[in-house]
Amino acid sequence: MSTAKISLRGVHKAFGANSVLNGIDMDIAEGTVVSLIGPSGSGKSTLLRCINLLEPIDDGEILLDGIDISLPGFDANPVRRRIGMVFQNFNLFPHMSVEDNITLSPVRTLGVNKSLARAKAVELLERFGLADKVNAFPDQLSGGQQQRVAIIRALAIEPEVLLLDEITSSLDPELVGEVLDVVRELKTSGMTLVLATHEMGFARDISDLVCVLYSGHIIEQGLPSQVFSAPQSERAQQFLERIIRAGRL
Amino acid sequence: MGTITGRRAAYERARKRRSTVVATVSSLAVVTAIVVLVPKMPRWDRVHESFFNGERFAHSLPRLLDAFVLDIKIFAWSMPAIVVLALLVAITRNSRSAALFPLRILTIAYTDIMRGVPIILWIYLIGFGVPGLGIERPWNSPLIWGSVALVLTYASYIAEVFRAGIESVHESQRAAARSLGLSSWQTMRHVVLPQAIRRVIPPLMNDMVSLQKDVALVSLIGPIEILRQAGIDKSKFANFTPYIAAAAIFLLITIPLTRTTDWLIERERRRTTGTRIS
Ligand SMILES: Nc1ncnc2c1ncn2[C@@H]1O[C@H](COP(=O)(O)OP(=O)(O)OP(=O)(O)O)[C@@H](O)[C@H]1O
Ligand SMILES: [Mg+2]
Repeated sequence: MSTAKISLRGVHKAFGANSVLNGIDMDIAEGTVVSLIGPSGSGKSTLLRCINLLEPIDDGEILLDGIDISLPGFDANPVRRRIGMVFQNFNLFPHMSVEDNITLSPVRTLGVNKSLARAKAVELLERFGLADKVNAFPDQLSGGQQQRVAIIRALAIEPEVLLLDEITSSLDPELVGEVLDVVRELKTSGMTLVLATHEMGFARDISDLVCVLYSGHIIEQGLPSQVFSAPQSERAQQFLERIIRAGRL
Repeated sequence: MGTITGRRAAYERARKRRSTVVATVSSLAVVTAIVVLVPKMPRWDRVHESFFNGERFAHSLPRLLDAFVLDIKIFAWSMPAIVVLALLVAITRNSRSAALFPLRILTIAYTDIMRGVPIILWIYLIGFGVPGLGIERPWNSPLIWGSVALVLTYASYIAEVFRAGIESVHESQRAAARSLGLSSWQTMRHVVLPQAIRRVIPPLMNDMVSLQKDVALVSLIGPIEILRQAGIDKSKFANFTPYIAAAAIFLLITIPLTRTTDWLIERERRRTTGTRIS
């Protein structure tokens, strides 16, 4: 009996001979914020892509409200409307205005009528301080604004969970804050969030659960206070020491 | 503050004026050289008489224009068919569905075979061959089968153009679309194709200009379109001026076509980016 929104059970994933996820077990409770940290190449993005069913897994289960969504042949499209995802970059569709980016999925996949979808888009843009950008095109926005629009676009289909994959790592430092503010606001609104991040200070402040990934294993998971100040495993200690030495915490 | 901005604006204006003057003077120099030098060539008189005969030009022009209507018709029905067929082939070749595997093989064979043989040969083979099977009138017209040959060959070239465009759209665009719950067809239709087509419009328009000219090849199997009409007039009066008139008529269509494309591309670029690096 599990009360988790999403549960991973023994998830394995390999690309050819390169085995990237080696038995991931994880529970993501509803309304919590879970951070995935770990060195580059440890499998954070792959894990998020597997949860979003963008990559088929080789073994294990991914349960959404207790139902295994990872079974081959399971219709992925409705699942993806319940689990939104924002990527590091190249998120927005450059040939569409901000409004069309946001309304595309509601109109095409949920059958929402265009004017209703538009009203909703404007409302979300207002909430995140982008009301004047409705008609702008992605190339006319700053990187930070683009990422905020990408988050809004994911929110427009009212997902139950949002996966954020290093959404600030391609941004100039002064633009990171505005994007993180959006994430804080989402936490306040009770959204279930899973984020892969290199922003350690932010992960410590916002997370309910921190998971440290290393070569496709979760080598440490727990409350941020515990993981960041008293990691149990040696590898996690080394990883965090490197981070601290680099001045990123 | 104010004076610096003023000075900068004045400098920009002066720079613009100077480049306009340079461009005008150099163009005039080239045109004058051609107009003055070419008539000085030793046999210009004879070329002038047999290629630029005003009387023959005036006589042929209306008849050529009449014949040109057929070229336009062939172009007008072939072009949409080419675009649709090319898109279908490109999408099929790019699809990742296992069920379409046999179709994918078929499209690969189709593009390889059509592109590997000169268009003229296809026009002869299909234009004479198919009606030769004994199809009833009006379906045995060389006009129809000549057009079919054009469509099949051009679609195979243009399918490759579309395919290059589709493949140039970054994989993460598909991921972003799929993560929003769009199906693979919706992703293709709303996210990949619009970007792919925008990117290939310049090569596509090149092919359209070629098509506009290659339409004349259909005359090889009978229909009297502009090139054949020019040939008839040339033989009748032993004068090449009708060819010059035909060339002028082609330019009348192809130049606006290319100019319009450039303008469309520029407008689209301005709409989506707003800035321009000079
Ligand atoms: N589509 C793919 N094909 C082959 N190998 C892949 C693919 N995607 C990821 N990998 C490999 O999987 C491993 C984990 O990559 P992943 O992107 O998940 O790491 P990450 O933890 O997100 O790293 P980073 O912090 O740099 O984003 C890497 O070795 C990578 O080369
Ligand atoms: Mg990553």
